[in-house]
Amino acid sequence: MNAILQNALRTSTILFLFALVGTALLAYTYRQTHPVIEKSAQEEKLALINQVLPKGLYDNDLLAAWRELPPSPLLGTRRPSGMWLATRDGRPAGVVLEAVAPEGYSGDIHLLIGIDATGVLTGVRVTQHKETPGLGDYIQLAKSDWILQFTGKSYDPDRDSRWKVKKDGGEFDSRAGATITPRAIVKAVREALKYFQLHRETLLQPIEASKP
Amino acid sequence: MITKQELSTLAHNGLWKQNPGVVQLLGLCPLLAISNNVVNALSLGLATVFVMAASSLAVSGVRNFVPHEIRIPVFILIIAALVTIIDLAMNAFAHPLYLVLGIFIPLITTNCIVLARADAYASKNHPLLSAFDGALMGIGLTLVLVVLGGLREVAGQGTLLSGIDLALGPAAKDWVITVLPDYKGFLLAILPPGAFIGLGLLIAGRNWLDARAQRHAQRAAKTAASAQPA
Repeated sequence: MNAILQNALRTSTILFLFALVGTALLAYTYRQTHPVIEKSAQEEKLALINQVLPKGLYDNDLLAAWRELPPSPLLGTRRPSGMWLATRDGRPAGVVLEAVAPEGYSGDIHLLIGIDATGVLTGVRVTQHKETPGLGDYIQLAKSDWILQFTGKSYDPDRDSRWKVKKDGGEFDSRAGATITPRAIVKAVREALKYFQLHRETLLQPIEASKP
Repeated sequence: MITKQELSTLAHNGLWKQNPGVVQLLGLCPLLAISNNVVNALSLGLATVFVMAASSLAVSGVRNFVPHEIRIPVFILIIAALVTIIDLAMNAFAHPLYLVLGIFIPLITTNCIVLARADAYASKNHPLLSAFDGALMGIGLTLVLVVLGGLREVAGQGTLLSGIDLALGPAAKDWVITVLPDYKGFLLAILPPGAFIGLGLLIAGRNWLDARAQRHAQRAAKTAASAQPA
């Protein structure tokens, strides 16, 4: 009995020591690498934001001008999302919104949408999606230029029918065999523009530069 | 201490006799998920080689301190910690490489071939031999991945090396080979069933080659025996 107990004590001590050393090593590595990783993550985020909002449009520290938006059916969000406010000489120049196209072929398509202060799109990018590889993934800039056709477009409630894919009588291109994906994105961008028009005043209000 | 004989046995085991992809059938989850084109397959393969060599080295280094009863939890701990450290360090200090291989590294933590080699080989052998074994098993898996990725890419979209520009920069965009011009695409090959069917064909192909080699050897032995004077 004593031998069993001793053996159990010995093995559990060894396991504990391994866990301790492992945890210490991980904590050390995390501390050493965290600032560098954080910095490159911020740079990547800024690079992505700069793709939807031309650098010349604003002169503020965009990453600091962040605000949380409550979930909204127009943005397709079920959880709070983020927005960045761009200003130039202290005046609002535009916003970058996070939005979701919930009607993708296989689930949510996450979008980053840049809109200038007058409501004109400065750019749209897909940040995350699960569409079929080789078929529905032409919405990524890495695969094709499709997503660029949004740049310069705006939403006019009187000419709502333009905001559809060509197959449905609108003016947006799509590829044969994969129309569900572009249809979802066109709709999501249109709804986001509606959201911007509805909430323009609130969205363009200055942000206290406090949040990271 | 380490003989050439041992190394070549390990190499033969990793690349052919005990190939993790088509013989041991270990680590199939990432294999099936990532092998839809050559570039992805090769990236995952290289990351696996790296992680397997490192984890086998680490496991073998502490093998004399680990009681038999708790070896599996200890190995899991070592592998998970090591992979996380590699992941973080790569992200911080080799960021361009991380952008290419980074998403594959966490996939490898869940890969049972890493644990299998730790238990079956590294826990009983010299660290350098273990690292060599891990690397060769990784290369064996990489070969299967690349062949399967190539099959699925040609059958699925008629190209080879598509997406290479994402790995090596825009300059490599011209490297994409269009094998079948004006190909309409065959979606099944790119989707998961294509991976299962492709892997099945590879296993069958390997077994056929092995069976043929065996038949030849037997026939050769028989002729040698009958040629002997009675």
